[in-house]
Order: sequence, then C-alpha cells, then structure tokens
Amino acid sequence: MATVTITMKNPPALYLEAEYICPDEFAGKTVAQIAELHVYEGNTKSTLGKYFEVSGDAGATAEDTKIVVRGDVKKVKYIGMKMSAGEIVVEGSTDLYAGAWMTGGRMLVKGDIQAFAATAMKGGELIIEGNAGNYLGAAYRGDWRGMSGGRILVKGNAGSDVGMYMTGGEMVINGNVDVHLATHAEGGKIIVKGNAPSKVAGQMVEGEVIIFGTIDVMMPGFKYVDDVDLEIEGITAKFAHYVGDTGERHKKRKGQMVYGHLYQKI
Amino acid sequence: MTKTITDVVCPFCGTLCDDLEVSVTDDGKQILDVYNACAIGAEKFLHSQAKDRITRPRFQQPDGTWKETSYEEAADYTAKMLAGATKPLMYGWSSVNCEAQSMGNEIAEICRACVDNTAAVCHGTTLIAVQDIGLPSCTLGEVKNRADTIIFWGNNPCHAHPRHMSRYSIFPRGFFTGKGHKSRKMVVVDPRITDTAKMADIHLQVTQGQDYELLNALRVAFKGEWLPDVVAGIPKEKIIETANIMKAARFGIIFFGMGVTQSLGKNHNIDEAIAVTKDLNEYTKFSIMPMRGHYNVTGSGEVLAWQFGYPYSVDLTRGFPRYNPGDTSSIDLLNRGEIDAVFVIGSDPGAHFPISAVKHIANVNSVCIDPHITPTSGISKLHVPVAFNGVETGGNAYRMDNVPIDCRKVVDPPEGMLTDEEFLKMVRDRVKKLKGVA
Ligand code: SF4
Repeated sequence: MATVTITMKNPPALYLEAEYICPDEFAGKTVAQIAELHVYEGNTKSTLGKYFEVSGDAGATAEDTKIVVRGDVKKVKYIGMKMSAGEIVVEGSTDLYAGAWMTGGRMLVKGDIQAFAATAMKGGELIIEGNAGNYLGAAYRGDWRGMSGGRILVKGNAGSDVGMYMTGGEMVINGNVDVHLATHAEGGKIIVKGNAPSKVAGQMVEGEVIIFGTIDVMMPGFKYVDDVDLEIEGITAKFAHYVGDTGERHKKRKGQMVYGHLYQKI
Repeated sequence: MTKTITDVVCPFCGTLCDDLEVSVTDDGKQILDVYNACAIGAEKFLHSQAKDRITRPRFQQPDGTWKETSYEEAADYTAKMLAGATKPLMYGWSSVNCEAQSMGNEIAEICRACVDNTAAVCHGTTLIAVQDIGLPSCTLGEVKNRADTIIFWGNNPCHAHPRHMSRYSIFPRGFFTGKGHKSRKMVVVDPRITDTAKMADIHLQVTQGQDYELLNALRVAFKGEWLPDVVAGIPKEKIIETANIMKAARFGIIFFGMGVTQSLGKNHNIDEAIAVTKDLNEYTKFSIMPMRGHYNVTGSGEVLAWQFGYPYSVDLTRGFPRYNPGDTSSIDLLNRGEIDAVFVIGSDPGAHFPISAVKHIANVNSVCIDPHITPTSGISKLHVPVAFNGVETGGNAYRMDNVPIDCRKVVDPPEGMLTDEEFLKMVRDRVKKLKGVA
C-alpha cells in the first residue's frame, strides 16, 4: 500500500474544510496534484498545499492508498469524508465530520474527534483511540437514516445523540456515553462498556443496545422481560433484558411484534 | 387634540395582537397612550418615546467612550467589515420586519456569511424536530373556535404571552366553544408552580429535565402498555388520567415553550411531543404549536426558508446554503472561534448567549443594529440605532402560527433616523460594489 503523508505546517486562523483528505481523492495523483486539491477556510477557497506539506506516493486506486495526517489538525473538518477504501491514520485529534458518509476502508484517529463523525456511515471501520463527540454514527439533519453498516470503536467516551436513527452496523464504546443513545434506532447494535445517564433508546423501533454500566433513568417505554446470559466481546455475563420503546410504532414479523432490545449487565 | 389609530399590531411577542389602539398627537409625532395591549406590549410603544434615545450611529472608542457618526459612514464600515471577513456571522432578525430580513439575506449571500436568528437559543430545537418528524399544527383562530383541551407544556403565557389566553386559548368564546373557559380543560406541565399552573385543571409537576420520559409515558399509556409506578415524578394513575383526557378531547392542542425546547432532551422533547400529537390523531383531532417569543422570529424562519431552504443557522460560506445546528449555529460558531466578524440586528446575544460566546463577539469586529442600548451594543465596535419596527415603521411579520400580518406605523421616528431596511439597503449597495456584483 502506497502512503501519502500530509503534515500541517501553516494552521488556519479559523477552521479548514478539507473533504478531499480521502484515499478516493488522493489515489492516482502525484504529490503536486494532491497539493493542488481545494480546501476552504470560511468563504475563502485555497489549496491543501497552502496548509499542509505533502510527501510520499499515492496508490493507483483508493484501495492501495494510505494517508497519514500529522501535525495539529484539531481545526480541520471532514477528514475521510465519503471514503470508500484504503486507510487514513490521523496521529492527533481532529474536528467535525471525521469519516462522515464513509462506505469502506479503515480510519484510525489516535486522539479525539468532535461531533458528526461517521454520519450515515455505510461500511468500513472507524477507530478512535480518544473520545468521540455528539452525533457519532447518527443521521444527517432531517434524514431518517443514520449509520447503516460498518464498525466503530471508541476507546474513550462518546457524547450525546450517538447512533441516532441507526439502522445497521455495530458500535463499541469502551467508556461512557451521554444522553439519547440510539434514539429512533431501527437496527444495528451498540455496546457501551461504561454508563449511559438517561434517555437510552427512546423511540427505538428495532435493534440492540447493550450497557455494561449504569442507567440513571430508564425510559418508561422499556419493559423488563427476563434475565439472559450473553457473550459480548469475549465477556460472558448476565444481563437484564428489556424490550421497547413500547410507545413507538412497531412492525410485526411472522405474527410477532418486533421491538428494540436493551440489555443491562447485572 | 389627539387622534386614535385603530387595529394596530403589537410588535412585542409572537402572539402579535392586532387589536391595539394608540392615541397620538395631532402632528403624528408623539404617542400619548396605548389601549388593549398588555403591560409589556404597551411598554414597547411608550419606550420609543424616551427623550434620551440615541438617534445617530456611534463608534466605540478604545477607551470605551462613543463617538457619533453618520449613517453613511456607518454603512461604509458595516459593508467593509462584512465584505472583508472570512466567515462573518449575521445574527438576530427576530424583532425586524420580513422586508429587512430579506434585504439582510441578500447581503449574507453576497458576502457568503452565516445567517442565524434567535431560534438558536429558543425554538431552534423545535425546527430540528419538525424537520425530523413533521408538525401537525393549526392556526390560533382554529384554537379559539374549536379547541376544548389546552395543554401548556414548559411555558408560562401568564407572563410571557400575556394576552394569549384571553385572545385565543382559554377564555374566548368561539364558534364551537361558546362557553369560553368553562368549555375548556386546561393542563399545565411545568416543574414550577407558575401563575399559569395555578389556573390549570391538572398540573403535572414534572421532574426538571424529564419531560422526554413523561411524553414517552403518555404514548405508552395511549397504547395501554405497561408503565412504571412513577415517571418523572408523576404517579402512573395521573399519567393515565391525563392520557384519557387527551384522548377524549374534541379538539386538543399542545402549546410548548422554552421549558422543553431548551432543557435536557431539547429537540428530542419536541420530537416526542409531536409524536404524542400524531398518536392522538388516531383517536381525535390534536394539534401542537410552539409559543414563539419575539414578534417576528417566526417570520425570520419563513424568510430564510423561502430564500435558502432552512429556517435558521444557515451557512452560506461555500456559496450554497448548508444547515447543521451544532456546526452552523451561532453559539457553536462563536465558542469554537470560527467567526471573524459579527453583525447583530434586532436581538441581544450579549444578554442571552453564554459568556464564552459573548467574549468572542467582543474580540472581533462587530456591528449592532438596535434602537436600544443593550449589552450587545455595549460590546460592539459600531452601534447603529434605527426606528422601532411596528411603531415607527410598518412591515410584515409572522405570528406564532405562521400567519403573516402587516404591522402599522403609528408615529414618525425622530428626525433623520433610518429604518432597518433603509440602512440595510445602504449596506447592500456598498457590499455589491465592493464584491463587484452587478
Ligand atoms: S400578548 Fe404579546 S402581542 Fe399581545 S399585547 Fe402583549 S406583548 Fe403584545
């Protein structure tokens, strides 16, 4: 796999929108051509090369292109947006929309990411070694389709509205989440190793949420069914099993009502 | 001698009462009294008569004193600031007429700015929810003539919309509601015992921050599913009783305010409240309506949506409209340090934004268009006083139920003062020249 390294040398005064930092865009281009790709700081259009030093080689296709992002990119939005293949490694923290609408490939962020990461993600893998922000794997505003495929791992904590309108795929959060986990979810699976304060799986139609820690306030629309033994990520334990949201609409499949499932470790 | 002007529209709150009478001196220059308005509405008219009003634009000097300038120079400064900025924010618009809002949007488009209105700190969350699941609503006239079950959720119209209950929701005798308040059931949901709550047939004193749970419990109760004994501090029996009252309504309405839009849950609270309304339409006719605050905040949403497709927090920096509160919303933009120039009109973020965001306004170039001296004008580099909308100039405004009403001019502004629209037109023409737009 050919590697392009971009290093921040001239940080923006405001914020940078750099959706072209993506294997699909870099593939088949020379270093000089990559440096000519557009970025926006507010209403001002300029080039990637104005802010970043670009070195290395891009592969012929996205699949064999790896991008390493170095330097302070805390004020850079849209890294890895719509990536379909290849790899991105961000060595520090980055801003909004990391890996948004990604459909394939692998993106690793060694620091933190801000809100709207993996918006409407369809496939691939996103790994965050630090913390994630709000709306991780959620739908874009006004859309009813959040993350539908792929896998997200957050080693730290995540914010609120995680997995809103999620329809598929899997998300593992090693730390805690904030309110409104899996709101409106219609599929997929979310595992939280830490705590979730309240409003967990409100308006959920279908899907699975597994919480290892505490839930301070349970949604009234979730009713207890039974205790079950589950093996989650190599850990076998007993979980209280709830179904819901009973206030929300639900389909019938084979004569059976289809609910969302919430498991909490006992 | 005096003359009385009738059918005057009150430019204070979203109730937009259109039955005021104002007596003015014969020369039409001074307001003597205001009839039919509530205390806060009347004050808006009388306040414009203050003798110590600022009547000319003024620049703030480095030592904090002010230096008077002309409207021409003020327009030059504003145009240069907006045209030269990398990411300017144009915020406010809620106490401005639709004509001026439209003119402002034109400037924003030419300068590729972010435009946002006070929904950002008020009913913006409502707009998010409406986009997510729709809004079964109606007009206030329908409420007056038909509604027999009124729910006030997280608002206190006694003090915030003082004539709402007498004109539309509780007291009036309408076509099918001939007995006035005797034919209406009133439910109030509020963690506090407000003056509105004291009037209610049922007051659900919800635990603060758990409106989402209570709304969810109502939906569960409609469907007759299992409920915990207590939800959000309200016993199950009370929830079921309320659910039954709602189902039994002939025509019900939920009016909701900032107690739900800006408390924990935010847009999700409204999302769930709209879902409650939707569920109730399986049994009867039910509607839901936000209690919009500023007199024309609704109009700003209408004009923005008409011109750019989104009702607030619109980002035009890339030359096409984008909308994603959290990214394109004023407080986030300011807190994150994404903005390098701030233009405020017809609102007071200095008083209502978090201090971190206000500090950012103070640190960049800023213009404040406001007839009053406000915390925002106090931290702005340029303060441009203008005529009072709805008092010294007319123009179009939208009531909280999206009904447009033309306001009336009742007196002239002080000699030589411009209206918002006139000043914005000067800025627009200058910005066009600076940007080379025909
Ligand atoms: S209720 Fe609102 S619109 Fe009506 S008079 Fe009072 S402030 Fe004005």
